[in-house]
Amino acid sequence: MTLTVPDQSPAASACSLAAPSLAALGLRESATFDRATIADIQRAAETGIYDIRGWGAKRHVPHFDDLLFLGASMSRYPLEGYREKCGTDVVLGDRYASRPLHLDTVVTIAGMSFGALSANAKEALGRGASEVGTSTTTGDGGMTPEERGQSRHLVYQYLPSRYGMNPDDLRKADAIEVVLGQGAKPGGGGMLLGQKITERVAGMRTLPVGIDQRSACRHPDWTGPDDLEIKIAELREITDWEKPIYVKIGASRPYYDTALAVKAGADVVVVDGMQGGTAATQQVFIENVGIPTLAAIPQAVQALQELGMHRKVQLIVSGGIRTGADVAKAMALGADAVAIGTAALIALGDNSPRYADEYARLGSAAGFYDDFQDGRDPAGISTQDPELAKRLDPVAGGRRIANYLRVLTMEAQTIARACGKAHLRNLEPEDLVALTVESAAMARVPLAGTSWIPGTGGAGC
Amino acid sequence: MTTTVDSIPVSAGAETEVFDLKIDDVRTLNRAIHQASDGQSFTVDNPGGKHSLAVGINAGIDVEINGHAGYYAAGMNQGGRVTILGNAGVGVAENMMSGTVHVTGDASQSAGATAHGGLLVIDGNASARCGISMKGVDIVVGGSIGHMSAFMAQAGRLVVCGDAGEALGDSIYEARIYVKGTVASLGADCIAKEMRPEHLLELRGLLHAAGRDDDPAGFTRYGSARTLYNFHVDNSSAY
Repeated sequence: MTLTVPDQSPAASACSLAAPSLAALGLRESATFDRATIADIQRAAETGIYDIRGWGAKRHVPHFDDLLFLGASMSRYPLEGYREKCGTDVVLGDRYASRPLHLDTVVTIAGMSFGALSANAKEALGRGASEVGTSTTTGDGGMTPEERGQSRHLVYQYLPSRYGMNPDDLRKADAIEVVLGQGAKPGGGGMLLGQKITERVAGMRTLPVGIDQRSACRHPDWTGPDDLEIKIAELREITDWEKPIYVKIGASRPYYDTALAVKAGADVVVVDGMQGGTAATQQVFIENVGIPTLAAIPQAVQALQELGMHRKVQLIVSGGIRTGADVAKAMALGADAVAIGTAALIALGDNSPRYADEYARLGSAAGFYDDFQDGRDPAGISTQDPELAKRLDPVAGGRRIANYLRVLTMEAQTIARACGKAHLRNLEPEDLVALTVESAAMARVPLAGTSWIPGTGGAGC
Repeated sequence: MTTTVDSIPVSAGAETEVFDLKIDDVRTLNRAIHQASDGQSFTVDNPGGKHSLAVGINAGIDVEINGHAGYYAAGMNQGGRVTILGNAGVGVAENMMSGTVHVTGDASQSAGATAHGGLLVIDGNASARCGISMKGVDIVVGGSIGHMSAFMAQAGRLVVCGDAGEALGDSIYEARIYVKGTVASLGADCIAKEMRPEHLLELRGLLHAAGRDDDPAGFTRYGSARTLYNFHVDNSSAY
């Protein structure tokens, strides 16, 4: 969001009016009408239109931070770090596909479009992912030759808009991801504002240059799980049953959606929680629709287990993955792999303090910048401005992504070994406890120091 | 403005491979079609409304389906000439890139959805969402079309020789629609437009390509008013 009143910018308020001095004066900020809320109301009154921004939910929700691992001691013994092997690979799509993906790490790159991101950013993601043997994913806008060229494993998204969708690229893809929704906006379509619809982006999407593009939220030629089954069969027929077919859902009713995706013939189910990012969506949508990643995973896993398909149809979890601990926690709750989006952009330099002055000029601050829709990203990532995009060297960016993916993987291994696990996949809910009643109920693991899992007395989901 | 159009096939090639779907399965048919090269011909007997018939064609081949087809017949066609001697289910010729698909009967919902090119001819009626999100395809419907047709239509031409249902061309971009009969209602940002000589010329070409002799002068052109291309506070009631 862009603040139009300069002295209310986060940077200004943080510097000039620090909270302790205000408290010392006896001033009290309303928890209901805090400064951000006041700015939102006044912005709405000035402009008459809702706020559109990037990123996922910024509000506090129960998350992986609320879980802790029970390291091995007497009853279980740990593995030696650096000496005993802890596997990190994953096979995705071996239910029906004759050519499943075999990735070296469970950490993959989530779908982000060329259009939302610069060509250099897409190339950097491809380079980094390929270096560590994992996959990247296209987005709402088609496959670019740069991305196909740089990504060893490329997942091609099949979206409601079908921008740039064509059978040649479908055959070039390593997997196909049928997108029903994303965590930032379950029930909403894509959005790309005119500032970013350059000639190349417009050409790939068959749209006029400079329009505010609003993608459809429903697929144009199928509705519901019975149709989806026929649609998946068509995609398999077109690609001769070679490619894994993922179904991606934004987390809202993951128990039912996962079960229906399995029934419709998915090889892989991708569940994206509400902390998952977007390039442009209404703030009211991002903050108020969908459920936290933590709450989504056990529901999806339950659906898979009840159908006898856990580990046969793989589960990829995304939405707020930042550290190897988050990766390990998602795996312990039953995921087969994870996907990162926002964290990957941050690894490329998004919201870096080195751009502090430029963020300030845009009415934002490092750590707060979320105006991906504007296309003026100082870090050269969420932009189509050639001058800004040039700031991101795709080779150096690729190295940063590879470094970050390696750190996530090694951190997850560190925890898995401490829990006595020879593969990340062997982590289990029994390795976890929760710090809060809410997270215990959502993650379905006991509150630390107790055997109490709230919510297990009544109906399951 | 382009006036070149594909046209529906006149005759099939010399040697024709026949698949009887009472005996052969759809996988066998599609595998053979994917391995085919330009000029080959296929006949599909007893299609029985099966789904995904002749999808993913990637060569200049002829396919004749003797009967009704299920969902997504000729989906993603690239260069093929497909004739369905019967009705077609949901999403016939969805995402077609080039070539022709001719349905002699009626078509269900989402005919020609998101198609980028080629020519889709439906001799009978088409149901709802005909030409939804079309991206360059030409569609000629001999009869009438259902509601929400040409929703978010981006490019290409949709010709309707009968009537159009409600909300025609809602949120249309640069596609052009020609309707001979009545339009139940127009969707957001879709308006009637003047038939200039170049439109009469391109419509004549499209009708001719579809093997029809309707008089272009009897049609009305519809397209985007382009008022919703950018967010504007004053348009909030239109969404």
